[in-house]
Amino acid sequence: MSGLRVLSCGPTVSVQDLGRFGYLEQGLSPSGAADNLALYEAQALLCENTVTTAVEMTGFGGQFQADVDMTIALTGAPMQADIDGNSIQWASTHLLKRGALLTIGGTKSGVYGYLSCAHGFATNEVLGSRSVHLRSGVGRALQAGDILPITVPATDHTGRIMPSSQRYEGGEIRVMPTVQTDLFNEGERKRFQETDFIRSARANRMGVAFDFEGEGFATENQLSILSEIITIGDIQMTGDGRPFVLLPECQTTGGYPRIATVIPADMPKLVQTPTGSKIRFKMVSRDAAMAAQAIFEAEIKALSKKVTRAVRDPRDIADLGSYQLISGAISAHGADSIRGT
Amino acid sequence: MTRENGFPRLKSIGLNGVLVQFADHFDDAQNRAALAFGAALKETGWTELEEVVSTLASTYIRFDLSLTSHESIENALIELLNTQDWTKAPLPSGRRRFTIPCVFGGDAGPQFDEAAEVAGLSPKKAIEEITQSTPRVIAIGFAPGQPYMGELPKHWDIPRLTELSKNVPQGALVCAIRQLIIFSAPSPTGWRHIGTTAFRCFRPEQNASFAFKPGDEVTFTSITASELREIEQTDKSGNGGAEIEVIS
Repeated sequence: MSGLRVLSCGPTVSVQDLGRFGYLEQGLSPSGAADNLALYEAQALLCENTVTTAVEMTGFGGQFQADVDMTIALTGAPMQADIDGNSIQWASTHLLKRGALLTIGGTKSGVYGYLSCAHGFATNEVLGSRSVHLRSGVGRALQAGDILPITVPATDHTGRIMPSSQRYEGGEIRVMPTVQTDLFNEGERKRFQETDFIRSARANRMGVAFDFEGEGFATENQLSILSEIITIGDIQMTGDGRPFVLLPECQTTGGYPRIATVIPADMPKLVQTPTGSKIRFKMVSRDAAMAAQAIFEAEIKALSKKVTRAVRDPRDIADLGSYQLISGAISAHGADSIRGT
Repeated sequence: MTRENGFPRLKSIGLNGVLVQFADHFDDAQNRAALAFGAALKETGWTELEEVVSTLASTYIRFDLSLTSHESIENALIELLNTQDWTKAPLPSGRRRFTIPCVFGGDAGPQFDEAAEVAGLSPKKAIEEITQSTPRVIAIGFAPGQPYMGELPKHWDIPRLTELSKNVPQGALVCAIRQLIIFSAPSPTGWRHIGTTAFRCFRPEQNASFAFKPGDEVTFTSITASELREIEQTDKSGNGGAEIEVIS
């Protein structure tokens, strides 16, 4: 079986797609990429018809070796990366030649980086998805020695670049009311929106905690709340009144009160907020959330139009004469030439 | 159906969800209402439905916003609610009874004695009451295939612990608020760990990945730690030595 060999990797590196929906009634949350926008970026970069299966790397990547020529895309949180020692640009596609060594280090900003390949990694499907669900034991984190199977040879979609994104440093996160919002009084809801929250290191694929100065947020009678269904992005106030934002591997039901839910359009920014960075929550109406969703979906559809082609550094091209140099394809990002392709 | 204390009521949840709440506390009739309403919704064949989930006393509906609006789905739900008294609906059919071997107390249930004491029972009497009751699965939730089973007699209304205990193992039997849970994966919990089974609620490698359905009945038989070890070695099905019979 040809594929990408994992020589070493960080502790929470796993294969993810858009998630496994429809099993909430069985207590199984969807899982899927924490930053789903990064998978759409990879789709646009690789010129794929559908979203592919990617390797999600939390904070740190690993070392990988291809046993066949393959086309890869690197998206999501920018990370240190090189092929055979030549540093390569993030948010772009590259040819990884047979035997070449791909090294992905730590994040430069953000939290979750993604390694994709043409047509995605053909790992085992469980209940219609390839997303690993670490907490439930559906698949497992990658480890040294694993081989990620691939199904197509290298394509010619290398050297394609996505402009950099603004979602890796925190900032304003829009939230909307949900089932228990009105259990919090107006003063608490106001204070919630005026508080600076700092992303805590207490985070995994189930959820992420935020720290802040001041009293915990609470409702009245909060110990008697009936467990209700949880949706991804819900902000629950745990026993100490600190917000915990629920992520793709969250529990499916819960009895802690939830003050609001993060709108799907702002989830990529929420999950990519690095430890120690600041966010503010802003409550918007359901209509405003719907409008934001329409914009988000339109932006996803338009991603492929944002892709530009890299200009290669001529010194890296062994036989310049065999290339057709097309004028007009030089982008504003040309200075960041792709090396090692 | 008629409304009592404002229930049933509809609440918006997330961008494209609505929750039909039949009560704000656990109640057997309202649980049956939620199960029956969810089952009826699935039978409508409405194309805009993406997911229907019944929990303790609510039914959650996720819908496709490109095919409907919040207003029209809410109107359709109210119309369906009004067609009958859902609290009078029977339990789902195809229900089964699981008889599951369990080791109570000792290392297998470190908080068993404490739970019995809070319930005002001797350890012997507590085992007797649990093994003679037939709680049913009232919801699946929190983790895959994980059953909430109830209800035990009133004196078992023991509160959750304020401090979470460290990971209980897969197969752990825990107890609080007149309910029992068999944990489907290792997890911290505020419920008291009273016993250990070899039952696996979630079996991703099998076609029938989820062992329980709401409405199933469960009884426990008390076994020794060495009997549990033997079951673990001989029963690789995930059933942990359980007997399963269809009851409806």
